[in-house]
Order: sequence, then C-alpha cells, then structure tokens
Amino acid sequence: MPAREATVTPAGPAAPSDDVAARQAWMAVLARAPAAALDGHLAALPPLPAHARLRGPETGLVMVRGRQGGDGAPFNLGEMTVTRCTVRLGDGTLGHAYVAGRDARQAELAALLDAALQRPELHDAVMAAVIAPLAAAQAAGRGSVARKAAATRVAFATMATMRGE
Amino acid sequence: MLSPGFADPALDAQRCFRAVLEAMSRPGRVQRLAEGVLEPPAPFGLAAAAVLLSLTDADTPVWLDAEAAVAADWLRFHAGCPLVAAPGDAAFVMACGAMPPLDSVNTGTEEAPHESATLLVQVAALDRGVTLRLSGPGIAREHRLRVAGLPPDFGLRWARNGAGFPRGVDLILCAGAALAALPRTVRITEGDG
Repeated sequence: MPAREATVTPAGPAAPSDDVAARQAWMAVLARAPAAALDGHLAALPPLPAHARLRGPETGLVMVRGRQGGDGAPFNLGEMTVTRCTVRLGDGTLGHAYVAGRDARQAELAALLDAALQRPELHDAVMAAVIAPLAAAQAAGRGSVARKAAATRVAFATMATMRGE
Repeated sequence: MLSPGFADPALDAQRCFRAVLEAMSRPGRVQRLAEGVLEPPAPFGLAAAAVLLSLTDADTPVWLDAEAAVAADWLRFHAGCPLVAAPGDAAFVMACGAMPPLDSVNTGTEEAPHESATLLVQVAALDRGVTLRLSGPGIAREHRLRVAGLPPDFGLRWARNGAGFPRGVDLILCAGAALAALPRTVRITEGDG
C-alpha cells in the first residue's frame, strides 16, 4: 500500500525509481527509530510545519508472509502488531508511516518526518539532523550484533578433513 | 488535497451503519447524520461520504460516475476499496450526476439475489421536489417522500426494477446529511394523489 500511495505524491526532481528508493530508505530508518530518539534529534531542528492527521495513528495486525519450498509457495509466518499513521502538511504533502509495535507517537512523528522529507526546502536539514545520525546508530547496532555472533562462530575444520579421506 | 475520514472511525461508521439500517427498514423515512463527523470531499455530501466509508472496504468493488470520480483518491485511501470501470462489476454504485440505468447494475441472480449491487444516488434534496408515495414491507399503509433531482421517468424505471423480483437493486438516496432508502420491495406511485 505505501508504494502505491507514493505515486500519488511524486516529490523532488530525481527520476521516479531513485525517488522511491530514497523514500523507502528514510522510511525504513524512521520505522526502526523509537519515539524518544526521534524527539531527541528533532530538538535540533526548527519546528516542523503544522500537520493534520488523515488516518490514525491506529494499531492493528498485519500478516507476515514468507516463501517456502523450492517453488517459493507463500506461507503465513504469523501476525505482528503494527501502528500506522498518515499526515498531511498544509500544502497537501502526504506522509505515511508503518511502524512495528504500538507506539502511536512514533508512528505520527515518522509520518510527519516522511512528509517533511518530501519538501525540497526541508529535505536536506531533516536528512542531516535526523536520518543520518539514526541510520548511523542503527548500522552500528547491527554491526555490534554481527560481531557478537561472529565471535561464537565454530569452524568444523576436523570434520572437513575427516570427510576428505 | 486529501481530507480526513471519520473522526472516530469505529463509532462513527457504526452510527452511520445504524442510520442505513433504519433507512432500509423504514423505506422512504429520512435519516439525518450528525453534522461534523466528517468533512466530505467535493462532490460528496456528508451522507454519501459517510455511507461509502461505512459500507465499502477491500472486498467491495465500487463504481463512481464521472462526477463522483473527482473524489476517487479520497475513497481509495480511506476505504481501500477497488474501483471498477463498469457499473455491472461493482457491489456499490455511486452516482453524483445522472442516475445510471438500473439494469446496467448487477441485479443478482435468482439463486442469490442478495449478491446484487446497492445504488447510491446523491440527489439535490430530500425535503422538496416530486412526491413519491411509497408502500410495501416496512410501511404500515403509505409513506410520502419528497425528492428533488431524480430523473423524470424514475417511476417507470423503478417499476421495471421491481418486476424482476427477487432480483433487483436497492437504492440509497443521499442529500447533504440526510439519507433515505428504497429497497427493491417498495412500490412507488408518483404524484400527490
């Protein structure tokens, strides 16, 4: 659904595919950032434009589907709790957010930031003040988990040599 | 520019559903929705917008006429309903301009007449204009409904709709915040008689 709605409000001068990819990237960062972190980074910015809530924030369940087997048949992994929100800025720019969990404030802030990021005059400031530090922190967090996992790695060297006979 | 839907989606939709239920049970009696539950996008009035939000979802294909199609983005965003190109494929047919012919709409089958479409027509007013004298199930003897904005040959078209019973379409008339329903069982005589 967000991908289809993204075509309703084309933004920026870049080609549509780059546009969509860039928007997906910042929406992913926003969806993983807790409300407190968003608030903390927003404090450095001048106040964002006023917004109206078009939908939500509302909490519901979405079915997470995966693929299994050699032919990639879909299966239902399970339901997860998701909170979504859509806001509109004064000029009609729409911002969407779907975040895991029940944090309504996170969903609304993420939607507001998504809308602000589509405004050319706000884009660079919000990118520098909010998205870049959050993305760096999330990458660092992923890196630390990956290093901890790598430290427990076992190499089955002996088995490989026995099989080699 | 997209406008918000119901202020309180669950309760407002339930209140509107109750109004539609009352309207269908008492054909021709005008129900009024509370003002301010919704800021309807042009060209919809409050009743048309609220009924669409209450009754349509991802499982109900909707057809909009050329006038109503102005608000297509709004409806798709808030109701999530598929919009179809032909009125015959739709479960709900919304007309803000001329009323589409009743036989262009899905009238169900003899085995499953309940699979027919519901026709929503936004008319100019439900308190002036031509007088319809209604009788049938849900009406003790006779009920009078005044409608402005129906086609001049509406009585003839409605008689043809009733002749196919149990097939046929049910009609919801919307004007501003008011709505009245004409289920297929109602019989209509025009004029003040």
